[in-house]
Amino acid sequence: MKEDFLVFDHVTKRFGALTAVDDVSLSITKGEFFSLLGPSGCGKTTLLRMLGGFERPDSGRIYLEGRDITDLAPNERRVHTVFQNYALFPTMTIWDNIAFSLKLAKKPKAEIEESVDSILEMIQMSDHAWKYPNQLSGGQKQRVAIARALVDRPQVLLLDEPLAALDLKLRQHMLIELDTIHDQVGITFMYVTHDQGEAMSLSDRIAVINKGRVEQLDVPAKIYEAPASRFVASFIGDTNFFSGEIASVEGDYCTIKVEGFPPIRAYNDKNLAPGQKVDLSVRPEKIRVTINPPLPEKGAGINVFPSKVRDIVYQGVYTKYWLVSSSMLVSALKPHSRFLLDQEAITWNDDVFVWWHPDDGYMVEAK
Amino acid sequence: MTDPASVSRERPPMSKRMAKDTGKNRPGKAEWLVTIPSFAWLMLFFAIPALIVLLFTFHAKSANGGVGPWSLSTWRELVDPDYPAIVWKTLRVSFKVTLWCIVLALPCSYAIARMNKKWRGLVAGAIMLPFWTSFVVRVFAWKTMLHPEGWLQTCYHAWLHFKIWLLAWIPGVSAPAAQSANPEGCLLGLARCAIDNASTRILDSEAAVVLVSVYTFLPFAIMPIYTAAEKFDFSLMEAARDLGARSFYAFRKIFIPGIRQGIVSAVLMVFIPVIGSYVIPQMVGGKDCLLIGNKIFERAMGNRNIPHASALSVLMAISVLVPMGLAVWWKSRQTQRSRRRMEEDAVRRAERRDER
Repeated sequence: MKEDFLVFDHVTKRFGALTAVDDVSLSITKGEFFSLLGPSGCGKTTLLRMLGGFERPDSGRIYLEGRDITDLAPNERRVHTVFQNYALFPTMTIWDNIAFSLKLAKKPKAEIEESVDSILEMIQMSDHAWKYPNQLSGGQKQRVAIARALVDRPQVLLLDEPLAALDLKLRQHMLIELDTIHDQVGITFMYVTHDQGEAMSLSDRIAVINKGRVEQLDVPAKIYEAPASRFVASFIGDTNFFSGEIASVEGDYCTIKVEGFPPIRAYNDKNLAPGQKVDLSVRPEKIRVTINPPLPEKGAGINVFPSKVRDIVYQGVYTKYWLVSSSMLVSALKPHSRFLLDQEAITWNDDVFVWWHPDDGYMVEAK
Repeated sequence: MTDPASVSRERPPMSKRMAKDTGKNRPGKAEWLVTIPSFAWLMLFFAIPALIVLLFTFHAKSANGGVGPWSLSTWRELVDPDYPAIVWKTLRVSFKVTLWCIVLALPCSYAIARMNKKWRGLVAGAIMLPFWTSFVVRVFAWKTMLHPEGWLQTCYHAWLHFKIWLLAWIPGVSAPAAQSANPEGCLLGLARCAIDNASTRILDSEAAVVLVSVYTFLPFAIMPIYTAAEKFDFSLMEAARDLGARSFYAFRKIFIPGIRQGIVSAVLMVFIPVIGSYVIPQMVGGKDCLLIGNKIFERAMGNRNIPHASALSVLMAISVLVPMGLAVWWKSRQTQRSRRRMEEDAVRRAERRDER
């Protein structure tokens, strides 16, 4: 069955008193680019290491194409890892590094040469084949590490924060390259990262992990727009939280009573009943900041709150505002177009209005 | 661009490119000054004495046990029928000791390097602990253990007896085993007698010299290998396992090449002292295992023939330096060859790419 390509079945792993992975069940499709996203120490690397065979779960099983691989040694499963520090063999040339797994599999010599040369070409490193790893730059080492893990076409490729050691420009470049490589080889990628930007731009699906548990498993857009919990909303991107209680429900919408803040209207997609405690998440880019209140044709039910500008951070593409509204600090993003010509000149301590449509807030149930 | 010459013309040959890197860090004048004290020390206490020893060999001995006039008689007298055998035995023993030391030190260093920090220091310290007692005392302790009534010899005997007893009692095994042990078809009782005669004594044999030398020089093998292993990146082992290697394969192909430098220094640290050792063979080797060091000692102190002793020393030095020089030459030729091969490979690949 296509759905059951790679399955984590109620996997738990403890290190002493710490439960690194707590009853995790995942199902990954063949050919998918799947990301495990979470803060450091959340257990995502432990999950990866269990799949690689370097750790054994305390309970639960791992299946790969219907075969139970839980107790197999790392060399007995066709799952290769791209390590964070690349782990290229310093005593071997690039060519020998890449040929390592093929030689172990005792492939014929001509086939090894053919595969290594063609993958070297794919990563555009043919001219460096005879070099040693310490003669390469970080990005080149990264590409070699990926090529070495891909050359004998594993069933799954594991990537453990592969871009963490690269600088920003190179990271952005490698992101595109990784995506291209994934499209070319069609192998299932399992990508571990704490960088939500990387995960969002590459993944078909993301599992957000916190404290050893899967908080949410979905496509990137769903994770961003419809976070399942307060943790997911705060970990993925910036957001403003309004914690309160549903006071009343009016059709598809409801009114939330927040202490020390005027009532807020929000879209009640989960049909929550009055009295339910909720966290309302409103992304900064959804909040508008204007000197004049919005025109009435914007809609009757929109949330409008007078505020005072506390801080302005100009960031080129957009400007970030920190505003105080009824003693709460709210952040808002304003993208620029013709910034110097016709932007309303908002400066420090101006009295302004912040406003957003009820559809732009997203409610999660508070625990 | 299918002509190989045109491809290689584009980039300078590899040897040149590599030479460029090494030329960068040439030491300046000030750095040479810093080396003067150690350099002077080496000249004064190593190079000049070595030269003097070499010069002695071209003198005859004097009647009072000193160095006589210039002469080639020493070298002519050196043609002693025993010497080739002794040199060969010395090299063989040194080789055995070095091999055992390395074989034992490798897993030991690996294990220490994988321990956590606290244990690492403790175990490494424990390995150096024997150095707190005198070397001669330690060798003497071995002498008592290996003595015919010492506990090690007793255990060895007991083990041999047990083996015979075992072979006698396991049906099917006993007949061929007894036969092979005693080609004349002796009875078991006879085999037992054979155990107790002098041939099974450990003391005063080559085995005793090897055993005690391994004991003495093992820390000198462990320390450099451990130092290299401590710096070794063990995630490389995981990477090798991940790519399909068994643990032992990873140990052989990744760990050992990774700590090559440590192994080379361990070999030198063991081989060179063993080849010149004379205390251990003197004390536990008996008449059976006199090495070149003992001969030099005998000539210098017993016969008071300093030129002869010098000539033996030179002979010994040559017997070490020539194989080592050969090894270095062979290694550099290997490196050159593999470089050339890689260069040719690169050219070949470039050609193939252009054809496509």
